[in-house]
Amino acid sequence: MKRTPKDLEGAHRKLSRRALLLGGLQLGFAGGLAARMRYLQVDQADQFRLLAEENRINIRLLAPARGEVFDRNGKTLAHNSPSYRIIIVPEDADDVEAVIARLSKLIHLPAEDIERARTEMRRSPPFLPITLADQLTWEDISKVAVNAPALPGITPEVGLTRIYPQQSDFAHVVGYVGPVSDYDLSKLESPDPVLRIPRFQIGKVGFEAKREDVLRGTAGAKRVEVNATGRVMRELDRKEGQAGADMQLAVDAGLQNYAQARLGGESAAVVVVDCDTGDLRAIASAPSFDPNLFVRGISVADYSLLTEDPYRPLANKTVQGTYPPGSTFKMVVSLAALEEGLIGPEDTVWCPGYLEVSGRRFHCWKRAGHGHVDLNTSLKQSCDVYYYDLAIKVGIDKISAMANRMGLGVRHDLPMSAVASGLAPDRDWKARVRGQDWLVGDTVNVSIGQGFMLASPMQLAVMTARLATGRSVTPRLVKSIDGVEQPSGAGTSMGLNENNLRMVRRGMYSVSNDRRGTGYRSRIIAEGMRMGGKSGTSQVRNITAAERAAGVIRNKDLPWERRDHALYVCFAPFDKPKYAISVIVEHGGGGSTAAAPIARDVMLQALYDGTPPLSAYPKGDRSRIKAQQERLERERIERDTPQDSDRA
Amino acid sequence: MSYLEYNAKATPSGFRKILYLNWPLTLLLASVAGVGFLMLYSVAGGSFSPWAEPQFKRFLLGMGVMLVVGMVPIWFWRNISVVAYLISVALLLAVEFFGTVGMGAQRWIDIGFMRLQPSELMKITSVMLLAAYYDWLPPERSSRLIWVLLPLLMILFPTLLVLRQPDLGTSILLMAAGGGVMFLAGVHWAYFAAVIGAAVGLVSAVFQSRGTDWQLLKDYQYRRIDTFLDPSQDPLGAGYHITQSKIALGSGGWSGRGYMQGTQSRLNFLPEKHTDFIFTTLAEEFGFIGGLTLLSLYMLIIVFCVATALAAKDRFSSLVSLGVAITFFLFFAVNMSMVMGLAPVVGVPLPLVSYGGSAMLVLLAAFGLVQSANVHRPR
Repeated sequence: MKRTPKDLEGAHRKLSRRALLLGGLQLGFAGGLAARMRYLQVDQADQFRLLAEENRINIRLLAPARGEVFDRNGKTLAHNSPSYRIIIVPEDADDVEAVIARLSKLIHLPAEDIERARTEMRRSPPFLPITLADQLTWEDISKVAVNAPALPGITPEVGLTRIYPQQSDFAHVVGYVGPVSDYDLSKLESPDPVLRIPRFQIGKVGFEAKREDVLRGTAGAKRVEVNATGRVMRELDRKEGQAGADMQLAVDAGLQNYAQARLGGESAAVVVVDCDTGDLRAIASAPSFDPNLFVRGISVADYSLLTEDPYRPLANKTVQGTYPPGSTFKMVVSLAALEEGLIGPEDTVWCPGYLEVSGRRFHCWKRAGHGHVDLNTSLKQSCDVYYYDLAIKVGIDKISAMANRMGLGVRHDLPMSAVASGLAPDRDWKARVRGQDWLVGDTVNVSIGQGFMLASPMQLAVMTARLATGRSVTPRLVKSIDGVEQPSGAGTSMGLNENNLRMVRRGMYSVSNDRRGTGYRSRIIAEGMRMGGKSGTSQVRNITAAERAAGVIRNKDLPWERRDHALYVCFAPFDKPKYAISVIVEHGGGGSTAAAPIARDVMLQALYDGTPPLSAYPKGDRSRIKAQQERLERERIERDTPQDSDRA
Repeated sequence: MSYLEYNAKATPSGFRKILYLNWPLTLLLASVAGVGFLMLYSVAGGSFSPWAEPQFKRFLLGMGVMLVVGMVPIWFWRNISVVAYLISVALLLAVEFFGTVGMGAQRWIDIGFMRLQPSELMKITSVMLLAAYYDWLPPERSSRLIWVLLPLLMILFPTLLVLRQPDLGTSILLMAAGGGVMFLAGVHWAYFAAVIGAAVGLVSAVFQSRGTDWQLLKDYQYRRIDTFLDPSQDPLGAGYHITQSKIALGSGGWSGRGYMQGTQSRLNFLPEKHTDFIFTTLAEEFGFIGGLTLLSLYMLIIVFCVATALAAKDRFSSLVSLGVAITFFLFFAVNMSMVMGLAPVVGVPLPLVSYGGSAMLVLLAAFGLVQSANVHRPR
């Protein structure tokens, strides 16, 4: 293509012209930008600087609603209810002390709370809100709201707090929540930011603590604009959190309530296991305490009352207390011997009241001796000498292995605090832990559930359920999470010889139903509901030679803490076991007198799913039972009348 | 044989070329990038990671690219313009089909060591193609309808592809820069008047029709336009950024709060504080003086580009230099208007300052073209 220089010359000039024009426009636009910048940054600077101070955007976390807890029938065990509190942002309060002084004229502020708030203020940056008062009534909150202008930096807030409507009945099972402490935070690698929400409640003890993971939920967040005094001007946006999962426990609140009431003022525990599913229908430890006290923040006086009580109300005796099982262990020893084929039902042992083992005399509880004793009689009358003899034949390792199969000495994984594994000792254990050789005397002690042998009431109930069914029943506390049924604890056949099991069960039947059985006085006479049981009385002291010389001292003459523990395990109905129960009364004396009646009453309550008819009881007991039922009913009515009307 | 190649002997060659680079322009680019490092360091709370350090590395790489591009004769770039343009279009199409979705839009293509934004590349190759086109087209034909429609297609095709991503900011930049080059090439006033007139007419028709029987758009579409034009109607979305951005700017005052002392930009309410909204941090910390200084540096860069264009002896050199200048201008003008609340938020970074690899590399390569025009000017 030919181009003349003239054309190009013209085009070039045109380009230069337009380039300069465009350049000029650009310069003009840049000038406009500069003017705008000047307007914003110089002319309007004061206004914007003010806005910058006032118009602060805060991100506030929204606490998720904690999952609620129900019993197996849908009765509420733990729920959330609104609670009013007052927070202070120190930065906005100018004179914090003056504001607190004015506030304490309006509402009652405990000195403790003020002191705690002061410490918190010293430790956190001044713009972080701090809770001054919690669990306030609606009137208090209204007073504060009305006087807001005189209280800079003070904001009333509504939050959720945990309520345990069953009060002391479930204190040990469900546990309680409390505000996050520095100690809680220090235990965590990377704490969930939600824990920084002032007064956020987390599980401290029991189920609440163990299943914190699912109960807590996840935090939401809101973005708010706050003004110069820290008051929220408006909410910009909000993302709701995810509420925690609702949990249904396998426990029956009605039965639990009865069990707790029946234990009364004793230092005792009762566990009811459902033989079909492993469900813990009741798991009561007495005395108990009101978990709501801890949620609100327990006073020092109340707390020391609980810690100094010799009956240890804070301890959950059902799973964390371990006791020598005493004679309730005898089924395990007999089963071990039967499985080894060492005895038959007709084989007898001569009981002269003692057995001489390597130069030491081991006494039977019955000084006079039981004479010729076979397996059935040994259980029925709880002859000790029979088991001394048997245990030596079987050997400790077989006994220990059978104990483990029955769930003793192994830890059942339950979402409760401090679940103890107990101890079913063997040679290895003694060598490892004590550095000593196993002695035959140790075997003799273990044979009657003494010595090193330790088991929790929950383990004993599981043992009984396994004896009753022959299946490896495992305890189950959680029935469902957010409606999802949890695996059953029914277990599978343990592969034990059914004949052997039957012989042991026959012995337990005799304990409860034979005129000479140790549990006869606490039997059930309703047909189809008869029990198999076994009493136990475990020593907590060594009988000194001096005592022996002075003659055996009767239990009730001893100081309380040195008396024997009373135990009873049972299952019913005998032909088709539904429930297995274990009871321990700490320092209660004899198992047949202190523990068996409780076990029987709880069993009937469970079998009838409510107050049983008097006809289920032996004739002689009925008037006494009737009075007891009426007394318990009165107590329950008193407990059910709401006492928390003072709370908003 | 064209005019340019005829004079090839008169252009510098070998290492002497280095002397003929536009050194003031190079220094200006480096100082603007320096401001960027300072701000990225500050925005990260006084730390080289995660932004300042990678940005510095990319800048060094970009400077290398610029020098290499500058050393290569300008006629080489003119000759490969068509190929470069086609490659960019192909990459845009590739993004359409295989691109990575980032920030809610499909913009990136992963090529191993970095993620490439073909739309960035498109900005410069379309300018190159238009410059080459008008270099080839005899000037007297540039206003004939058929020869006007052709470049229009060259602009609109990639623009539509970018708009589909969707990336409104880049589409506007592509169209405006293309239109600018056409204007410079001498296309008749009437065309621009017609297009602008038609656009104004259409927009006014759309708004006039609102609420009447012959309403052109659906109601919700009008509401969207409303919030786009006046973000304060949507205080949680776009308006929120603008309000906070203005507050940060305004609170900077005459001389700013001091380096690393900005409070507003540190409160994390601007999600794009290291990219599109980085100017707010600068303006808050260095005040009006700081903002004006950066604006002046930008304008000086434009001035040097225009000077190179005016001194050039061939149309390609002139047009490409001016096209780069227009693109660069549009970048910072749109970004600053947006940050100062003069324009809707469309997502255009502050050139050489905002964090981002593709934009920085492509811009510096574009300035390499300006350098090449400067070096290979017959003397």
